[in-house]
Amino acid sequence: MIEIENVHKSFGDLKVLDNVSLTVKKGEVVSIIGGSGSGKSTLLMCINGLEPIQSGSIRVDGIEVHAKGTDINKLRTKIGIVFQQWNAFPHLTVLENVTLAPRKVLKKSKAEADAIGRKQLEHVGLGDKLDVYPSKLSGGQQQRMAIARALAMEPQYMLFDEVTSALDPQLVGEVLDTMRLLAKEGMTMILVTHEMAFAREVSDRVAFFKSGKMHEIGTPEQIFGNPQRPETAQFLASVL
Amino acid sequence: MFQTSLSLNDVMFLLQGAGVTLLITFWAMLGGTILGIIFGVFRATTPWWATAPLAFVLDIFRSVPLLIQLVLVNAFQAIAGLNISAFVVSCIVLALYTSAYCSELVRGGIAAVPVTTRRAARSLGMTWWQDMTQIVYPIALRIMLPSWIGLTLGVMKDTALVSWLGIIELLRSSQIIVTRIQEPLFVLTVAGLIYFIISFPISRLGARLERKWREND
Ligand SMILES: Nc1ncnc2c1ncn2[C@@H]1O[C@H](COP(=O)(O)OP(=O)(O)OP(=O)(O)O)[C@@H](O)[C@H]1O
Ligand SMILES: [Mg+2]
Repeated sequence: MIEIENVHKSFGDLKVLDNVSLTVKKGEVVSIIGGSGSGKSTLLMCINGLEPIQSGSIRVDGIEVHAKGTDINKLRTKIGIVFQQWNAFPHLTVLENVTLAPRKVLKKSKAEADAIGRKQLEHVGLGDKLDVYPSKLSGGQQQRMAIARALAMEPQYMLFDEVTSALDPQLVGEVLDTMRLLAKEGMTMILVTHEMAFAREVSDRVAFFKSGKMHEIGTPEQIFGNPQRPETAQFLASVL
Repeated sequence: MFQTSLSLNDVMFLLQGAGVTLLITFWAMLGGTILGIIFGVFRATTPWWATAPLAFVLDIFRSVPLLIQLVLVNAFQAIAGLNISAFVVSCIVLALYTSAYCSELVRGGIAAVPVTTRRAARSLGMTWWQDMTQIVYPIALRIMLPSWIGLTLGVMKDTALVSWLGIIELLRSSQIIVTRIQEPLFVLTVAGLIYFIISFPISRLGARLERKWREND
């Protein structure tokens, strides 16, 4: 379970998260929608401690992410995250990209890590690209590799930050298919997305963010069909 | 027909000089690279005000002509009675001089590794140290290598200045022979050829590594 309570976060004078609270239960898929600069990416980075928070608390499986004594690197192995920008490790092959962290962080043997890597790369449809370098992959393939890389740590949670927004339209589908598969398998996920149809299809709940505040959260039917807040309706009118 | 008084002994003398040049270059690059990495990593990972004194000292090494540094350090160590040989003084001064340039290369190489790539590494649970050794170091190395090879070749040519401390390296040994047999063009051509023969494999090696890495990009 991910429990976010009254989180405040600013960059200098700029308030980026303003009293955000959100609980994501095991197996749940929660989508976050909202305009540019509303704090969506920042929230994901706060969840696995890549960004500090000023007040409030974030707990993952009961462990305080931002507490002093927390072994953040250990906690991060439970939380996979895939970013908007492709960030393959350019000096490693696709398989090495995926097995690096299992070997170095989880201390798995090469054989063991390779087996996991192969399995995850097949899972995302890259079973035939193991020994290729990332530069030879398309954007969609790079993003699927990033998903496999995160999954190879066998995380309990997956966070996706607009993973399709830098892709050519014809490559979006293959990445969404991979995420759809994960949702079906029962992975707990938070996804920041601009793909409203996709959010509607896979989410248990959808949250709407504006200027660092969570204005509304509810079932996809409520948010897309019958939004309770004028801000939500306005935003949806502008993107749909 | 072409005739020369350059004897086999003279050629051996030149090769000996070349050996000295190589040896000083080796120690200067070894010391300069190790120090350069330490200084460069320190400057890349610490706020500027904490590294300002170091940056200032390194700037001195880079801006004062090497010849002046060599002569001054050698004079001061003699006055202080340290009794360090001219060879060791040369290696130390050249290593510090090299480290100043190398630290800039290292700093630039580290800065060129995208923040997003490093964030991805940390998000997988890698420690700061694992990020530095597994991600930053290999990527920065590829970025830095061409300039580092250039630095090596430059330092090798700069070693000619140590002759001012009485060390007989390649250039000095060729001058000695020129003075004796009075065939400056021929002797300097031979010396130049030896410099080239030393440099060529170094630049080839660099080019080969670069090509191998580029195949992946
Ligand atoms: N490292 C940073 N330093 C300073 N300001 C930042 C930093 N990162 C983000 N911001 C600012 O914080 C605000 C929220 O950014 P964030 O990236 O979380 O928005 P977002 O909702 O993900 O937007 P987008 O849809 O464009 O990705 C923005 O105004 C942004 O400029
Ligand atoms: Mg964002």
